[in-house]
Amino acid sequence: MNTKKNLVVIGNGMVGQHFLAQLVASSIKDDYTITTFCEEPRVAYDRVHLSAFFSGKTADDLSLVETNFFENNNIRLLLGDKAAKIDRTTKTITSAQGHTIAYDKLVLATGSYPFVPPVPGHDRPQCLVYRTIEDLEAIAAAAAKSKVGVVVGGGLLGLEAAKALKDLGLKTHVVEFAPRLMAVQLDEAGGALLRNKIEQLGVTVHTNRNTQLITDGEACLNKMCFADGEELETDIILFSAGIRPRDDIARACELEVGARGGIVIDNQCKTSDPDIYAIGECALWNNMIFGLVAPGYAMARTVVADLANQSASFTGADMSTKLKLMGVDVASIGDAHAKTPGALIYTYQNGELEIYKRLVVSPDKKHLLGAVLVGDASSYSTLLQYCLNGIQLPAQPDSLILPSLNAEPVGLGPDALPNSAQICSCYDVSKGDICQAVAAGCHTVGALKAATKAGSGCGGCAALVKSVLNSELTKQGVEVNTDLCEHFAYTRQELFTLIKVEKIKTFNDLLDKHGKGLGCEICKPTVASILASNWNDFILKTEHAPLQDTNDAFLANIQKDGTYSVVPRIAGGEITPDKLIVLGQIGKKYQLYTKITGGQRVDLFGARVEQLPLIWQELVEAGFESGHAYGKSLRTVKSCVGSNWCRYGVDDSVGLAIELENRYKGLRSPHKIKFAVSGCTRECAEAQGKDVGVIATETGWSLYLCGNGGMKPRHADLFATSLDKDTLIKYIDRFLSFYIQTADRLQRTSVWMENMAGGLDHLKAVIIDDSLGLCNQLEAQMQHVVATYQCEWKSTLADETKLKRFRPFVNSAQSDPSIEFIEERGQIRPAEPSPHKHFKILEVAQ
Amino acid sequence: MIQWQTLCNLDDIPADSGICALVDAEQIALFYVSKLQAVFALHNYDPFAKAHVLSRGIIGDISGEPVVASPIYKQHFKLTTGECIEDSTVKIPSYPVRINGQHIEINITHA
Repeated sequence: MNTKKNLVVIGNGMVGQHFLAQLVASSIKDDYTITTFCEEPRVAYDRVHLSAFFSGKTADDLSLVETNFFENNNIRLLLGDKAAKIDRTTKTITSAQGHTIAYDKLVLATGSYPFVPPVPGHDRPQCLVYRTIEDLEAIAAAAAKSKVGVVVGGGLLGLEAAKALKDLGLKTHVVEFAPRLMAVQLDEAGGALLRNKIEQLGVTVHTNRNTQLITDGEACLNKMCFADGEELETDIILFSAGIRPRDDIARACELEVGARGGIVIDNQCKTSDPDIYAIGECALWNNMIFGLVAPGYAMARTVVADLANQSASFTGADMSTKLKLMGVDVASIGDAHAKTPGALIYTYQNGELEIYKRLVVSPDKKHLLGAVLVGDASSYSTLLQYCLNGIQLPAQPDSLILPSLNAEPVGLGPDALPNSAQICSCYDVSKGDICQAVAAGCHTVGALKAATKAGSGCGGCAALVKSVLNSELTKQGVEVNTDLCEHFAYTRQELFTLIKVEKIKTFNDLLDKHGKGLGCEICKPTVASILASNWNDFILKTEHAPLQDTNDAFLANIQKDGTYSVVPRIAGGEITPDKLIVLGQIGKKYQLYTKITGGQRVDLFGARVEQLPLIWQELVEAGFESGHAYGKSLRTVKSCVGSNWCRYGVDDSVGLAIELENRYKGLRSPHKIKFAVSGCTRECAEAQGKDVGVIATETGWSLYLCGNGGMKPRHADLFATSLDKDTLIKYIDRFLSFYIQTADRLQRTSVWMENMAGGLDHLKAVIIDDSLGLCNQLEAQMQHVVATYQCEWKSTLADETKLKRFRPFVNSAQSDPSIEFIEERGQIRPAEPSPHKHFKILEVAQ
Repeated sequence: MIQWQTLCNLDDIPADSGICALVDAEQIALFYVSKLQAVFALHNYDPFAKAHVLSRGIIGDISGEPVVASPIYKQHFKLTTGECIEDSTVKIPSYPVRINGQHIEINITHA
């Protein structure tokens, strides 16, 4: 007989899913038969990072549900069905599709809906909201035929939505009813600074604006009319004017709801019916709705504990937030508005760097009550820990926000935090939890994330997690070694700086000054690459040649049998019939195996070392250049045929691809770099799988960065849209130079970006906003490389001494007798190597 | 019978690189390490790749021991003895070699 009780959850959003995950991980998971409603067509996804949908993340990427979660945990999922009615007498729920489900315990996680002000015309075409993936799809579709977009609401979510509109290439406005942006979190000065910064990014901000009517526009689809008589024409209107709890199902069954909405709950998250709980944004606790995910998660945990008869209470939540809005750091902690009687206020404002910081301190100056940070939120973690843990402030509290003149970092080291200190508020991970995980063997941020989930919610605590990790590792005596190899006690980035600043031109010079020993196959090619990126000498100059991997040393790709393959450059994949014939003739003459590569060129295999100069002599005479297939350098710029021929083409992708390939050919980098250009959004060149991908749109070029195929494919991120060609090339110049300066050895752009603190936003800040003041130098470095390009094969053929390297034997003109081919499918291939038979007959003279 | 035979001149080997010489149908890799002012000779055959390629490897040191790294799969072989650092059961032949004036001379005896 089934003794299990029925537990039903209404709503599979972030909080509903968190509740299920906590429940199945608890001791009571087998006590219940679990059913969950999910009204949306897809299970829980990450609404906090919803805007990532526009930078290339798919619905799957945003999903919060592990594969087979429902099957593996025997949870009945009613996808796309809505709970229509609760009958508390019979304890049953009727769904919109007519199912009746009995419950013993019921959890309401119905969430909220976006508030749309009841302005006449609010339901006109292209008047949208920003809440679900379907909303985003509607926004993207509308944006494709629009030029102007307005976000109504200058709060946190509104600014996030404005960023999305801007990224979609629209002229963007924010209309706010209050006198400042982010009125809930920021004070007047902080709001003013934020407004300033956002307007610099090209978003127009209108505050104190009360929309009265939306009607037909003249230049645009819609026109907004304000109370002060002003008007604003726009194609799209996005309402982001706050949320309202979805409490209709609770009202209908006469649960207690608040005067302004929200299902009333107690400290155990129970509604007025003790068998029904409410959690997340639909719940009203102490007359408050919590519109953040962390309090919702805390409620979910409380309900799991209560069901397990453990004492637990939800007693409110910290509403501190830190986020990056359009590249601007904004943070608000605790009592930001200094509502505590007698609170002391300290402010620091820097007009030049556009930074604003404000501390709210208890009257006895001992404790931090709140803070506002705009422009620089690097002290957020430290201040939050002071605030949450009641840590006593230094004698001069303002030292925490004043610039440190003696360059000593002011901050709270991880050692100063108690073990109970909450590090990750999204998943309630304490410092103690992290220390325990480190002791159990998690020695990287990735491993810690997997074990504790710390840092995998909003990501705001990532830096703190890393500093706790490093401090614990140091305590355990684990050395974090980032040396390039045993010959250089530096990272690649540090060596790059040394070489650049000290103008070091050779490996031996660097080894004498900063290294030891003879070097090795790690540091030699790495340094050769850095020297080439900086000075762009011919890589086979006498002092550089011994540093090169065999591929670079012989300007061809070594194969398993010691022969080489030859890949001439075919920029953009465009080749004349005459040149194609030359390739065919050479392949035939030297009996090479020929194959088409993935990068739209021809690879000729089976060339002996002594044949390479002969083959290249013919290639150079026919107008070919080295393809650099052998180098850690730009490989190819793949293209589709583009607007010259294709009936869907929007722009000349082949022309741009050829220009880009000729610009960056020969550039040495930490790893190979691949580009592609597509002439329209059908994306036949697969640009979103490349380090640098460019796609033509009606409004200009879209730039995608940091994708790759290979072992661990990564979809590139949308970096900028509607670019003209000059801006596009400027951004790519800066991007490549920055990558070459800062990446580790053999680190593709994808991994480089993922490991970068601040990720894509930081990269945008550096490249678009010049946040590090580096852009001039980055462009100059690229300009030098572009201006000093040489075809490495042409240079080699012109130098007798270089050609001596291509003799198979120093003392004989014979060719290597050990190389043998057999025939397969009409071409050559290496004969299977036979075990070496000569070792026995050779003996060393005694 | 012991005999030294001249294979090439010292300046035929680019500093800190390897080249290959043919000695009675055997391929011998010669390496010149400029810091040590020394020439080393190993068989050119890489038993892991099963190809004659070691003269094209990068030379360097591991904890002070001069080595060449295979250009195919990067195993290290000691220039002095031919022992493989990664797999002590593998050893390739090494040969006495000397710099005599400008000449590089090697000492190989046939069985």
